[in-house]
Amino acid sequence: MKARSKRLMLVGGGVALLVAAVALVLSAFQQNLVFFHTPSEVAEGKAPTGKTFRVGGMVEEGSIRREADGLTVSFAITDTARVIPVSYRGTLPDLFKEGKGAVVQGKLEADGTFRATEVLAKHDENYMPPEAAHAVEQAAKAAETVSQ
Amino acid sequence: MNSPERSRSLFRFAAPHNFYPLAGRLAPWFATAALVLTVAGLWLGFFVAPTDATQGEVYRVIFIHVPAAWMSMFVYLVMAFWSAVGLVMNTRLSFIMSQALAPTGAMFCFVALWTGALWGKPTWGAYWVWDARLTSQLLLLFLYFGFIALTRAIEDPRRADRAGAIIALVGAVNVPIIYFSVQWWNTLHQGASVSLNKAPSMATTMLLGMLVMAIAAWMYTIAVVLWRARSMILERERHTEWVGAVLEREAQGGRA
Repeated sequence: MKARSKRLMLVGGGVALLVAAVALVLSAFQQNLVFFHTPSEVAEGKAPTGKTFRVGGMVEEGSIRREADGLTVSFAITDTARVIPVSYRGTLPDLFKEGKGAVVQGKLEADGTFRATEVLAKHDENYMPPEAAHAVEQAAKAAETVSQ
Repeated sequence: MNSPERSRSLFRFAAPHNFYPLAGRLAPWFATAALVLTVAGLWLGFFVAPTDATQGEVYRVIFIHVPAAWMSMFVYLVMAFWSAVGLVMNTRLSFIMSQALAPTGAMFCFVALWTGALWGKPTWGAYWVWDARLTSQLLLLFLYFGFIALTRAIEDPRRADRAGAIIALVGAVNVPIIYFSVQWWNTLHQGASVSLNKAPSMATTMLLGMLVMAIAAWMYTIAVVLWRARSMILERERHTEWVGAVLEREAQGGRA
């Protein structure tokens, strides 16, 4: 065997072993690599409910309520299967809206409410001008009326 | 290697004394293309592309953020490729290419992180979060810094080349992790708007501006890397006759 092909096999074999090792490590730490848990995972007891953790999903339509003090906000995070009521005191990001994605960080109280210390807005990968967004909305409404 | 057929093939440019004048002739063309495309891309991005429905004007960071992030990942893969070629074939120019790429890759990586932070505050509500996408991209910046530091720290060029090549190959594993992180794990960072297996989820002029900026980043990288490789060749081959001849010609105002 020529020295060159020997080195090629050495480099190729080394990289293949490394990829295998990294794949094993990543799959072992799968649970620790997620940024947030879904409400369903919380219901199934897969989230570390004893300490501070993050829950992510959609802000449920019609769930945002402001308390009398003007600072405390309550809303619900849903993944369409399960719902978690959240209470938060502080400023909300501009993109925080009903029906849009959000990630909240905090603790689950004994009564089942999630007391958030931080609220982040999560937006999707769709970019379009307002007219196009309006058209998409209209189309969705039309489809809904047809299916009813 | 010495047969006349062989020396007429493209492989002759693997020899530094053949590559040096070729790089010198090509670089200005790529630099010109980069300049023209950057102006066109920024004009498309900031004056032609429409406002975004959800984010308003702030989404325009995308025209710099995404091309920079793509380039930072791609440059690392090219570095790893040249490092592997260098280790297997023992060609001097491969290691020079890989080391000439590193500073540009690190710059794009930094730009991607920095513009990302500026974009994250008004949209997500945070400059930085430790999600899988952001963390693996930060790791890429450290890999670039590690590669640059290690290759500069070792005096003997042959040992420096080999040590750097190993970091480049090991670190390349991180690139697919960055790319697929938004699919593999829950992240705050949104998924890809443009990918090979689905139609782009962007308005056409937005997409066009982003792609023009991406090609501009390619052209810039090629131009800068060719120039950097030229000065590295001169430095490494300074004791050879041909470098002496080149320097003399350039001193007399001629072209190499």
